[in-house]
Amino acid sequence: MSHVPAPAPLNPVFGRLTLESFPIHEPILIGTFAVVALLGVAILGLMFRFRLWGWLWREWLTSVDHKKIGIMYMILGIVMLLRGFADALMMRLQQAIAFGGAEGYLNAHHYDQIFTAHGTIMIFFVAIPLIVGLVNYVMPLQIGARDVAFPFLNSLSLWLTVAGALLVMASLFIGEFSTAGWLNYVPVANFENSPGVGPDYYLWALQIAGVGTTLSSINMVTTIFKMRAPGMTLMKMPVFVWTALCSNVLALAIFPVLTGAFALLMLDRYVGTNFFTNDLGGNAMMYWNLVWIWGHPEVYVLVLPVFGIYSEITSTFSGKRLFGYSSMVYATVVITILSYLVWLHHFFTMGAGASVNSFFGIATMVIAIPTGAKIFNWLFTMYRGRIRFELPMAWVIAFMITFVVGGMTGVLLAVPPADFVLHNSLFLVAHFHNVIIGGVVFGLFAGMTYWFPKAFGFKLDGFWGWVSFWGWVIGYWVAWTPIYIVGLMGTTRRVRLFEDPTLQPWFIVAGIGALIILVGILAFVIQIAVSIKNRDKLRDTTGDPWEGRTLEWSTASPPPFYNFAFTPVVHDLDAWYDMKDRGHERPAKGFRPIHMPKNTGAGVIMSALSMILGFAMIWYIWWLAAVSFLALIAYVIWFTFDYDREYYVPADMVAADEAARRALEARA
Amino acid sequence: MSEEPSRMGRLSRVGALSLAGLLAGCERAVLNPAGDVALQQRDLIYFSTGIMLMVIVPVIILVILFAWKYRASNKSARYDPKFHHSTALELGIWSIPLLVIICLGAVTWSSTHLLDPFRRLDRIAEGQPTNPAQAPMIVQVVAMDWKWLFIYPEYNIATVNELVLPVDREVRFDITSTNMMNTFYAPTMAGMIYAMPGMRSQLHAVLNRPGEFEGFSANYSGAGFSHMRFQLRAVGSDEFDQWVRQVQAVGSPLTTPDYLELERPTERHPVELYSTAPTGLFERIVNRCVAPGTVCISDHMAQSGHALPVTEEPALSGERGPQGGAHAPAPSAHAAPITGSTAHGGHQ
Repeated sequence: MSHVPAPAPLNPVFGRLTLESFPIHEPILIGTFAVVALLGVAILGLMFRFRLWGWLWREWLTSVDHKKIGIMYMILGIVMLLRGFADALMMRLQQAIAFGGAEGYLNAHHYDQIFTAHGTIMIFFVAIPLIVGLVNYVMPLQIGARDVAFPFLNSLSLWLTVAGALLVMASLFIGEFSTAGWLNYVPVANFENSPGVGPDYYLWALQIAGVGTTLSSINMVTTIFKMRAPGMTLMKMPVFVWTALCSNVLALAIFPVLTGAFALLMLDRYVGTNFFTNDLGGNAMMYWNLVWIWGHPEVYVLVLPVFGIYSEITSTFSGKRLFGYSSMVYATVVITILSYLVWLHHFFTMGAGASVNSFFGIATMVIAIPTGAKIFNWLFTMYRGRIRFELPMAWVIAFMITFVVGGMTGVLLAVPPADFVLHNSLFLVAHFHNVIIGGVVFGLFAGMTYWFPKAFGFKLDGFWGWVSFWGWVIGYWVAWTPIYIVGLMGTTRRVRLFEDPTLQPWFIVAGIGALIILVGILAFVIQIAVSIKNRDKLRDTTGDPWEGRTLEWSTASPPPFYNFAFTPVVHDLDAWYDMKDRGHERPAKGFRPIHMPKNTGAGVIMSALSMILGFAMIWYIWWLAAVSFLALIAYVIWFTFDYDREYYVPADMVAADEAARRALEARA
Repeated sequence: MSEEPSRMGRLSRVGALSLAGLLAGCERAVLNPAGDVALQQRDLIYFSTGIMLMVIVPVIILVILFAWKYRASNKSARYDPKFHHSTALELGIWSIPLLVIICLGAVTWSSTHLLDPFRRLDRIAEGQPTNPAQAPMIVQVVAMDWKWLFIYPEYNIATVNELVLPVDREVRFDITSTNMMNTFYAPTMAGMIYAMPGMRSQLHAVLNRPGEFEGFSANYSGAGFSHMRFQLRAVGSDEFDQWVRQVQAVGSPLTTPDYLELERPTERHPVELYSTAPTGLFERIVNRCVAPGTVCISDHMAQSGHALPVTEEPALSGERGPQGGAHAPAPSAHAAPITGSTAHGGHQ
């Protein structure tokens, strides 16, 4: 039963793109579009008014500086967080009102797109960019490097991710998004069941962004292995670098699986193959296995670097070396390996034998051992410390208390017979939000607060930071405790309306919790604005505002684009603490020219062509697909002949930068 | 003054309602099941949670305690910046979670085998073992877009969106789907298992007290998913026989054309009763050959040459469903490609 590509004859110019593709009959989308358009016009107006285009292109879009790329990743993540959270609020509102016969305000088609988009965006375009951004910014500084191993590749990775995000955003106003859940599950996403553009938007957006993530992981792994400062052996690397290494090794191993699975589904949808169809030997279970072979390790791709952030912060703010450094490293490596062996726990209920289920269940539980060891290590880092409760440390405490609960419910779900009653329930949804918000998100906020003064030279405003903190922490508990409870009552995820009116109070409380989290998010945005306004009062001239212990605090804030005037030499763990301890003095002369990569717009251009290719394929605009594909290939070949990619920063310039830093310090 | 009592009345009404709400919530819930399997699963949840709380609660207390005691302003607390290693502590740090996981792992291994949905029940209820000589009652479950078809082969009747079962009788559900992946889930009876097109999965369960319950799909399956619910009624055995006779009397026969019509996507499908169902309908659904003229997967595999050598009929063991025979006697079944005949139930 192979399908015909499209029922109606295609328009040779616009493919299947017609006027009906624009959702002009959806008032919610029209309103959203109006707001986005107004904001866009305002930003464009400001750009023209202040003639910022050249600056934007030269200083940011074409930059190959790992610090600027890191910052741009973070901006992408924060913008997409606003979109993903808007989806969350819409779901919360729908579930708070759709009871006992009430339909709510979202029809099934719209609601299904929203939960799909929410999950897709939050993982692929919020969590991943924020993590990659932090690793990009901090890791090279921590290992005493001047940039990553492949600076251009880094720029390409960023812009491919942006291209994917733009495709997802485009689906809001042109056509529709997938309704098949955040992993685009078949059979829902099979052509027979979803012939529209939704799953194609999903597939092309994630394939393009996925190439970016894969390239980025190659880059980071190479950087950590090849570019550490002299003396920094593997067991003298900061824990954040270790976790970044494990996370990227993991990403490198799993993203090709996801790309492969999506490629097979694309073949099913475009060419009519039968990998995952119901008939002719296709099998949806294969798709589930493949996406979860990616999906479970992905959790650790996100959470491992965050464990690194917690380690750095706990150590810094307790004024102590991390307790059990080696045990922390081994725990990280063990988690990395074990995370490959647990994917089947996402579908114990698919009918594998009891021994298979037991194996995957117990393997899952075993991960709790190194994770538990980590919690104890942080605990004993605090023990006999002198803990300063600045905002980053507060996030750590909130994390430890919240995360252990999520860990516990996770182990509970790893017991197959318990999972038989809790699988796909809201209990499960509460569990993974517990570990992702309580683990990854809290850690990202901790990390952003911690490293913000390094990136911009001034601290973040305290008051709004604390408002944001309490908004998130209280909001999390108010929003998700009721969801745990209704999950235990047997309520299933992805349900649009409920027949049992007695559940309604729980969902109303959950909605209130989401609003409290909204306060936390808005306070964060206000915090950034207020901090920029008061930057002179919040200024840090030392480069080391928190009494830091690792190398990033040894250079200026913000660091010069070449990071270090001299490559540091490492003798001990916590290299900067060790240098301070031994009365280190910055050299005032003897500067040498520094070899640096040149900026290039190639990443932006290649990504733009990829995005056009994706858009054309989604809408069956075959001529445009062919043109953009050929242009992409031609441009890549042309670019390989561009040998003028490096230059030397003159020693005089370095000396001038250093003199300026001294003058600033003397004034302060 | 006159407002006062009415407000009180309203308040207490609200209070009573929300209390009743809570109880009603529990009534159909995972935590107060009417079936022995779900009961054992609930007890397992309690046990595992209890074990883990023994570690989690002290950890939370220690976090708060240490954070308070070693705050920077407390100069009386000991500050030891060089304290970063202790072999004894490290041993404890790794062995405490290890011990918990060993304990939970043992429980997981045994409970997963005991409560394997493909396995026949040991007991109807606590202290009431099953009679191995009495075969379980069979109900064939078909997840459709977006409703449930239940076929009772022993009585040759079928229903849509209503499942009636006799209490204290072991039931074996054979489960498949016409198009989407769903899970067959009645929380009060037993855990869920996937309903998948071209596959047969199984669930053994029992209900121990009469009542009206609810079942549904717990796996998102497209636009009509939210309405994919069915009524579950547990009745005494006399009442069950009566119900069967009633269905045979008032229902209309389910013919193949009726079935093909039923297979089309519908939402909020009403309860339907069928006095007869075509023989072998379930097998043809699993093998995707209900429509006249379509080739069954089992036949197709047998003809196409690259199928498994049919040394044995693994599906006849009746023990293993979709993944092709963890319990099946033929070792070759393990090596079956996922599309092999064992994965689809084969001939019956």
